[in-house]
Amino acid sequence: MKNFESLFAAYMVFWAVVFGYQFSIERQLSRAMEELRKLKAQLGGER
Amino acid sequence: MPEETTSGKASGRLLVVVAALLLAAAGYAIFFIAPEERTMRAIQRIFYVHVTSAWTAAVAYLIVFVASIRYLVGRRQQSDALALSAAEVGLVFNTVVLVTGPIWAKPVWGIWWTWDARLTSTFVLWVMYVSYLLLRSLVEDPSRRAVLSAVYGIFAFLDVPLVYMSIRWWRTQHPQPVIGGGQGSGLDPTMRAVLFFTWLALLALMTVLIRQRFRLEMLRRECAEIRLRLDARREERKTSDGVPAGEMVR
Repeated sequence: MKNFESLFAAYMVFWAVVFGYQFSIERQLSRAMEELRKLKAQLGGER
Repeated sequence: MPEETTSGKASGRLLVVVAALLLAAAGYAIFFIAPEERTMRAIQRIFYVHVTSAWTAAVAYLIVFVASIRYLVGRRQQSDALALSAAEVGLVFNTVVLVTGPIWAKPVWGIWWTWDARLTSTFVLWVMYVSYLLLRSLVEDPSRRAVLSAVYGIFAFLDVPLVYMSIRWWRTQHPQPVIGGGQGSGLDPTMRAVLFFTWLALLALMTVLIRQRFRLEMLRRECAEIRLRLDARREERKTSDGVPAGEMVR
Protein backbone atom coordinates (compact mmCIF):
# COMPACT_ATOMS: atom_id res chain seq x y z
CA MET A 1 0.00 0.00 0.00
CA LYS A 2 1.53 3.30 -1.13
CA ASN A 3 2.18 5.85 1.63
CA PHE A 4 1.09 3.38 4.25
CA GLU A 5 3.68 4.77 6.69
CA SER A 6 2.14 8.24 6.52
CA LEU A 7 -1.37 6.87 6.99
CA PHE A 8 -0.20 4.78 9.93
CA ALA A 9 1.68 7.75 11.43
CA ALA A 10 -1.36 10.04 11.20
CA TYR A 11 -3.62 7.60 13.06
CA MET A 12 -0.89 6.87 15.60
CA VAL A 13 -0.55 10.60 16.26
CA PHE A 14 -4.30 10.85 16.79
CA TRP A 15 -4.37 8.02 19.33
CA ALA A 16 -1.15 9.14 21.04
CA VAL A 17 -2.47 12.68 21.56
CA VAL A 18 -5.91 11.53 22.73
CA PHE A 19 -4.66 8.72 25.00
CA GLY A 20 -1.83 10.89 26.32
CA TYR A 21 -4.31 13.57 27.33
CA GLN A 22 -6.79 11.05 28.75
CA PHE A 23 -4.01 9.35 30.76
CA SER A 24 -2.80 12.66 32.17
CA ILE A 25 -6.36 13.66 33.20
CA GLU A 26 -6.91 10.27 34.88
CA ARG A 27 -3.67 10.65 36.88
CA GLN A 28 -4.53 14.20 37.92
CA LEU A 29 -8.05 13.09 38.86
CA SER A 30 -6.82 10.35 41.18
CA ARG A 31 -4.33 12.79 42.75
CA ALA A 32 -7.05 15.41 43.26
CA MET A 33 -9.41 12.82 44.79
CA GLU A 34 -6.69 11.71 47.20
CA GLU A 35 -5.95 15.31 48.15
CA LEU A 36 -9.64 16.02 48.68
CA ARG A 37 -9.94 12.95 50.92
CA LYS A 38 -6.99 14.13 53.05
CA LEU A 39 -8.29 17.71 53.25
CA LYS A 40 -11.74 16.52 54.28
CA ALA A 41 -10.17 14.35 56.98
CA GLN A 42 -8.17 17.38 58.20
CA LEU A 43 -11.28 19.52 58.19
CA GLY A 44 -13.14 16.91 60.22
CA GLY A 45 -10.18 16.33 62.58
CA GLU A 46 -9.68 19.99 63.39
CA ARG A 47 -13.26 20.53 64.48
CA MET B 1 -19.71 21.70 45.57
CA PRO B 2 -21.66 18.43 45.26
CA GLU B 3 -19.87 15.17 44.58
CA GLU B 4 -20.78 13.17 41.48
CA THR B 5 -24.03 11.26 42.07
CA THR B 6 -24.48 7.53 41.39
CA SER B 7 -26.63 8.30 38.33
CA GLY B 8 -23.98 10.78 37.17
CA LYS B 9 -21.30 8.08 37.45
CA ALA B 10 -23.50 5.58 35.60
CA SER B 11 -24.22 7.99 32.76
CA GLY B 12 -20.51 8.83 32.60
CA ARG B 13 -19.62 5.14 32.22
CA LEU B 14 -22.35 4.67 29.61
CA LEU B 15 -20.97 7.63 27.67
CA VAL B 16 -17.46 6.09 27.72
CA VAL B 17 -18.85 2.77 26.39
CA VAL B 18 -20.86 4.54 23.66
CA ALA B 19 -17.82 6.61 22.63
CA ALA B 20 -15.58 3.51 22.52
CA LEU B 21 -18.10 1.59 20.38
CA LEU B 22 -18.56 4.54 18.02
CA LEU B 23 -14.78 4.96 17.66
CA ALA B 24 -14.31 1.25 16.92
CA ALA B 25 -17.11 1.36 14.33
CA ALA B 26 -15.67 4.54 12.81
CA GLY B 27 -12.25 2.87 12.52
CA TYR B 28 -13.82 -0.06 10.73
CA ALA B 29 -15.77 2.24 8.40
CA ILE B 30 -12.68 4.32 7.55
CA PHE B 31 -10.51 1.34 6.59
CA PHE B 32 -13.05 -1.20 5.29
CA ILE B 33 -16.15 0.64 4.07
CA ALA B 34 -14.98 3.99 2.67
CA PRO B 35 -13.88 3.63 -0.96
CA GLU B 36 -10.30 4.43 -1.97
CA GLU B 37 -9.85 7.84 -3.56
CA ARG B 38 -8.62 7.62 -7.16
CA THR B 39 -5.62 9.96 -7.17
CA MET B 40 -4.33 9.98 -3.60
CA ARG B 41 -5.15 6.32 -2.89
CA ALA B 42 -4.70 5.09 0.73
CA ILE B 43 -3.22 8.31 2.14
CA GLN B 44 -6.55 10.07 1.53
CA ARG B 45 -7.96 8.12 4.51
CA ILE B 46 -6.23 10.66 6.77
CA PHE B 47 -9.06 12.95 5.64
CA TYR B 48 -11.52 11.25 8.03
CA VAL B 49 -9.53 11.99 11.16
CA HIS B 50 -8.04 15.31 9.98
CA VAL B 51 -11.30 17.00 8.94
CA THR B 52 -13.43 15.64 11.80
CA SER B 53 -10.79 16.66 14.37
CA ALA B 54 -10.97 20.20 12.97
CA TRP B 55 -14.77 20.22 13.25
CA THR B 56 -14.61 18.78 16.77
CA ALA B 57 -12.10 21.43 17.84
CA ALA B 58 -14.46 24.09 16.46
CA VAL B 59 -17.34 22.66 18.52
CA ALA B 60 -15.15 22.64 21.65
CA TYR B 61 -14.18 26.27 21.03
CA LEU B 62 -17.87 27.11 20.55
CA ILE B 63 -18.47 25.63 24.01
CA VAL B 64 -15.71 27.89 25.38
CA PHE B 65 -17.42 30.87 23.71
CA VAL B 66 -20.89 30.06 25.11
CA ALA B 67 -19.59 29.15 28.58
CA SER B 68 -17.56 32.39 28.69
CA ILE B 69 -20.66 34.46 27.89
CA ARG B 70 -22.61 32.51 30.51
CA TYR B 71 -19.88 33.19 33.06
CA LEU B 72 -19.93 36.93 32.41
CA VAL B 73 -23.72 36.96 32.72
CA GLY B 74 -24.23 34.65 35.69
CA ARG B 75 -20.76 34.51 37.36
CA ARG B 76 -21.20 30.78 37.98
CA GLN B 77 -18.02 28.80 38.69
CA GLN B 78 -19.32 25.88 36.62
CA SER B 79 -19.37 28.02 33.47
CA ASP B 80 -15.75 29.04 34.01
CA ALA B 81 -14.72 25.42 34.67
CA LEU B 82 -16.56 24.29 31.55
CA ALA B 83 -14.85 26.96 29.43
CA LEU B 84 -11.44 25.83 30.68
CA SER B 85 -12.23 22.15 30.09
CA ALA B 86 -13.52 22.75 26.57
CA ALA B 87 -10.51 24.94 25.70
CA GLU B 88 -8.08 22.19 26.71
CA VAL B 89 -9.99 19.49 24.82
CA GLY B 90 -10.32 21.80 21.80
CA LEU B 91 -6.55 22.18 21.85
CA VAL B 92 -6.12 18.39 21.83
CA PHE B 93 -8.14 18.12 18.60
CA ASN B 94 -6.55 21.26 17.15
CA THR B 95 -3.14 19.66 17.75
CA VAL B 96 -4.26 16.52 15.90
CA VAL B 97 -5.26 18.72 12.93
CA LEU B 98 -1.92 20.53 12.89
CA VAL B 99 0.07 17.28 13.01
CA THR B 100 -1.99 15.08 10.68
CA GLY B 101 -2.20 17.89 8.09
CA PRO B 102 1.56 17.96 7.32
CA ILE B 103 1.73 14.13 7.41
CA TRP B 104 -0.90 14.14 4.66
CA ALA B 105 0.59 17.14 2.82
CA LYS B 106 4.14 15.84 2.38
CA PRO B 107 3.36 12.91 0.04
CA VAL B 108 0.58 14.82 -1.77
CA TRP B 109 1.94 18.39 -2.08
CA GLY B 110 5.61 17.55 -1.68
CA ILE B 111 5.91 19.98 1.28
CA TRP B 112 5.14 19.67 4.96
CA TRP B 113 3.78 23.17 5.45
CA THR B 114 2.97 26.41 3.67
CA TRP B 115 1.80 29.69 5.14
CA ASP B 116 -1.48 29.88 3.22
CA ALA B 117 -4.65 31.36 4.74
CA ARG B 118 -6.13 28.07 5.99
CA LEU B 119 -2.98 26.68 7.54
CA THR B 120 -1.97 30.00 9.05
CA SER B 121 -5.40 30.74 10.54
CA THR B 122 -5.55 27.21 12.02
CA PHE B 123 -2.11 27.67 13.56
CA VAL B 124 -3.15 31.09 14.92
CA LEU B 125 -6.23 29.43 16.44
CA TRP B 126 -4.00 26.92 18.23
CA VAL B 127 -1.73 29.69 19.50
CA MET B 128 -4.75 31.67 20.73
CA TYR B 129 -6.03 28.82 22.89
CA VAL B 130 -2.54 28.01 24.19
CA SER B 131 -2.43 31.69 25.21
CA TYR B 132 -5.85 31.27 26.84
CA LEU B 133 -4.42 28.52 29.07
CA LEU B 134 -1.28 30.58 29.74
CA LEU B 135 -3.41 33.57 30.72
CA ARG B 136 -5.28 31.40 33.19
CA SER B 137 -2.05 30.19 34.76
CA LEU B 138 -0.69 33.74 35.11
CA VAL B 139 -3.61 35.37 36.96
CA GLU B 140 -3.73 34.31 40.61
CA ASP B 141 -6.99 35.84 41.80
CA PRO B 142 -9.73 33.32 40.82
CA SER B 143 -12.52 35.79 40.03
CA ARG B 144 -10.21 38.11 38.08
CA ARG B 145 -8.83 35.07 36.22
CA ALA B 146 -12.35 33.91 35.36
CA VAL B 147 -13.43 37.34 34.05
CA LEU B 148 -10.26 37.91 32.00
CA SER B 149 -10.33 34.45 30.47
CA ALA B 150 -14.06 34.72 29.69
CA VAL B 151 -13.42 37.96 27.77
CA TYR B 152 -10.45 36.36 26.02
CA GLY B 153 -12.47 33.16 25.32
CA ILE B 154 -15.10 35.23 23.50
CA PHE B 155 -12.46 37.15 21.54
CA ALA B 156 -10.49 34.01 20.58
CA PHE B 157 -13.56 32.39 19.04
CA LEU B 158 -13.58 35.05 16.32
CA ASP B 159 -10.82 33.11 14.57
CA VAL B 160 -13.04 30.01 14.13
CA PRO B 161 -15.30 31.49 11.38
CA LEU B 162 -12.15 32.95 9.82
CA VAL B 163 -10.60 29.47 9.59
CA TYR B 164 -13.83 28.15 8.06
CA MET B 165 -14.07 30.93 5.47
CA SER B 166 -10.34 31.10 4.67
CA ILE B 167 -10.56 28.56 1.81
CA ARG B 168 -13.62 30.35 0.44
CA TRP B 169 -12.22 33.89 0.61
CA TRP B 170 -8.63 33.27 -0.44
CA ARG B 171 -6.82 31.09 -2.96
CA THR B 172 -4.98 28.50 -0.88
CA GLN B 173 -2.70 25.51 -1.24
CA HIS B 174 -5.16 23.73 1.05
CA PRO B 175 -7.96 22.06 -1.00
CA GLN B 176 -11.23 23.89 -1.56
CA PRO B 177 -14.22 22.73 0.54
CA VAL B 178 -15.79 19.40 -0.39
CA ILE B 179 -18.78 19.97 1.87
CA GLY B 180 -20.82 23.13 1.48
CA GLY B 181 -18.40 24.28 -1.17
CA GLY B 182 -20.91 25.14 -3.86
CA GLN B 183 -20.84 24.15 -7.54
CA GLY B 184 -18.23 21.63 -8.62
CA SER B 185 -17.52 20.43 -5.12
CA GLY B 186 -18.81 17.27 -3.52
CA LEU B 187 -18.00 13.96 -1.95
CA ASP B 188 -18.83 10.35 -2.73
CA PRO B 189 -21.98 9.43 -0.70
CA THR B 190 -20.20 6.57 1.15
CA MET B 191 -17.23 8.81 1.94
CA ARG B 192 -19.64 11.46 3.18
CA ALA B 193 -21.48 8.98 5.43
CA VAL B 194 -18.18 7.68 6.88
CA LEU B 195 -17.00 11.25 7.45
CA PHE B 196 -20.12 12.23 9.40
CA PHE B 197 -20.12 8.97 11.34
CA THR B 198 -16.49 9.56 12.35
CA TRP B 199 -17.42 13.07 13.43
CA LEU B 200 -20.19 11.66 15.62
CA ALA B 201 -17.63 9.32 17.24
CA LEU B 202 -15.22 12.21 17.86
CA LEU B 203 -18.03 14.32 19.34
CA ALA B 204 -18.74 11.49 21.78
CA LEU B 205 -15.01 11.31 22.61
CA MET B 206 -14.91 15.08 23.07
CA THR B 207 -17.86 14.89 25.49
CA VAL B 208 -16.10 12.19 27.54
CA LEU B 209 -12.90 14.23 27.72
CA ILE B 210 -14.63 17.51 28.60
CA ARG B 211 -16.68 15.75 31.27
CA GLN B 212 -13.55 14.29 32.88
CA ARG B 213 -11.63 17.56 32.71
CA PHE B 214 -14.61 19.40 34.18
CA ARG B 215 -14.76 16.92 37.06
CA LEU B 216 -11.05 17.42 37.71
CA GLU B 217 -11.46 21.20 37.73
CA MET B 218 -14.39 21.06 40.16
CA LEU B 219 -12.41 18.73 42.47
CA ARG B 220 -9.46 21.14 42.42
CA ARG B 221 -11.75 24.04 43.29
CA GLU B 222 -13.26 22.06 46.14
CA CYS B 223 -9.73 21.36 47.45
CA ALA B 224 -8.85 25.06 47.20
CA GLU B 225 -12.02 25.98 49.06
CA ILE B 226 -11.29 23.53 51.90
CA ARG B 227 -7.68 24.74 52.10
CA LEU B 228 -8.97 28.31 52.51
CA ARG B 229 -11.37 27.21 55.24
CA LEU B 230 -8.58 25.34 57.04
CA ASP B 231 -6.27 28.37 56.83
CA ALA B 232 -9.02 30.66 58.11
CA ARG B 233 -9.76 28.33 60.99
CA ARG B 234 -6.06 28.15 61.98
CA GLU B 235 -5.78 31.93 61.84
CA GLU B 236 -8.87 32.20 64.01
CA ARG B 237 -7.45 29.76 66.56
CA LYS B 238 -4.11 31.57 66.70
CA THR B 239 -5.85 34.91 67.21
CA SER B 240 -8.05 33.51 69.96
CA ASP B 241 -4.94 32.06 71.67
CA GLY B 242 -3.72 35.64 71.99
CA VAL B 243 -0.91 35.56 69.45
CA PRO B 244 -1.12 38.15 66.65
CA ALA B 245 -2.12 36.40 63.45
CA GLY B 246 0.65 38.01 61.38
CA GLU B 247 3.38 36.67 63.66
CA MET B 248 2.05 33.12 63.54
CA VAL B 249 1.94 33.13 59.79
CA ARG B 250 5.66 33.82 59.74
